[in-house]
Amino acid sequence: MKILKTMSIAQQDYIRAHNRHHRFIRYSRLAVLIVFLAVWEICANLQIIDSFFFSSPSRVAACFLSMVRDKSLFTHIGVTLLETVASFLLVTLLSLAAATLLWSSKKLSEVLEPYLVILNSLPKSALAPLLIVWLGTGINTIIVAGISVAVFGAIISLYTGFMQVDPEKLKLIATLGGTRRDTFFKVVLPACIPNILSNMKVNIGLALVGVIIGEFLAARRGLGYLIIYGSQVFSCRAQMTKMNKAISP
Amino acid sequence: MGSDLLKVDRLFFSYHTLNGETKALQNLSFSVKEGEFLAIVGPSGCGKSTILSLIAGLMPPEDGGITFYGKNGKKPGIGYMLQHDHLFEWRNIWQNVTLGLEIQHRLTPENKKKVEKMLEDYGLSGFAHKKPSELSGGMRQRAALIRTLALEPEILLLDEPFSALDYQTRLTVSADIARIIKKAGKTVILITHDLSEAVSLADRILVLSHRPAHVKAEFTIRLTLPDDSLLAARKAPEYGAYFNQIWEELSNENT
Repeated sequence: MKILKTMSIAQQDYIRAHNRHHRFIRYSRLAVLIVFLAVWEICANLQIIDSFFFSSPSRVAACFLSMVRDKSLFTHIGVTLLETVASFLLVTLLSLAAATLLWSSKKLSEVLEPYLVILNSLPKSALAPLLIVWLGTGINTIIVAGISVAVFGAIISLYTGFMQVDPEKLKLIATLGGTRRDTFFKVVLPACIPNILSNMKVNIGLALVGVIIGEFLAARRGLGYLIIYGSQVFSCRAQMTKMNKAISP
Repeated sequence: MGSDLLKVDRLFFSYHTLNGETKALQNLSFSVKEGEFLAIVGPSGCGKSTILSLIAGLMPPEDGGITFYGKNGKKPGIGYMLQHDHLFEWRNIWQNVTLGLEIQHRLTPENKKKVEKMLEDYGLSGFAHKKPSELSGGMRQRAALIRTLALEPEILLLDEPFSALDYQTRLTVSADIARIIKKAGKTVILITHDLSEAVSLADRILVLSHRPAHVKAEFTIRLTLPDDSLLAARKAPEYGAYFNQIWEELSNENT
């Protein structure tokens, strides 16, 4: 508050108003969550909704705690995390390599472009049963499922980023006597770092989706397996917990 | 001023798209003497930049030839400054000005010394480790000039290198850069659409026609400088007359 004294009245008012605004936003966000959970709980208790199908926050919490106590939740989370990180890293490597290859050959990129679009729009969950036939029901299948969801979109978006680099900057490298290789490593790649990073943020989410799809079909462990197991034994509570866990890991 | 360093002879060049052919240059001929500062002005879109790209060897001409008369029959080194400084934000100033040397694998200790000397001479020695965004427009332009000069070119091609600057900065920076270049004894071809810039900087001015471009008129500029300030050329008594003559040539072209 020492600083406040050296500031003009108007500046102090401005800062107070700014803080007040942010406090309001923070508390409002919290309130939305609390109201939602309270309404859900009350509706379940008053049997306005059927708690057998919709569960309730207290039941979800109890289920969560029991799984924490017998430690099974951590094994499942660990497995899913490992698979997601593995497929995320592979997606990043594969998409960078493929986008570089496409950038280096205009002919190749023109030939392959329609195939990339088709592969990207393919529903990957339809692919999962095939993956089981090809690769078995191990961790490989699940990692490949994670890759398949993210990799084609990543290639397209990285390649687009590479092609959008200012042509004048490419010309600069040419005037300095640089090769195509210099152009890539001195301009294209560094200029695309922000693009690559935002792409990676999208990829980690997509890899998780793919891994969960893979676990639905081909796993004995992991969050996807728990969701399927829960739905098969009609434990909607268990399923809700896992879905909450899966979307907010 | 010495003998011819560069001769452009009956140059033809066209751009091709599926919608047809755009003739950019037609029967364009001129020559540049060693140590000369040549400015090329012309209506916008007349193919001025194409000339520089051809001289720099970025594209081959369709017909006609460009002959260099370098020392010992060797092709003289060519430096090219583009419209924007294109300093890379992910490199500091030192890494930016040594980019050309790095690409050509000539980052030797003596070349590094030369670049350090240039940074010092052009008032940038304290900024070697700064990011480009921390520099003013004029300083960025000097850094871009050092990047070009580091490769020790004999011919400098300037493609409207001051057009991205605001007017006030532009007046001082263009005069400042021209002074540096003249002192270094480089041969210069400057492309510009700014007549006052051309008259104040150049020894000779070529006026180009509309597309397809050929040389329409040629002016040798001789100014009596009243003092040695940066803007002296603009105060010279002959300045206005040259400006009007060239303006006349260009406006005929525009109507």
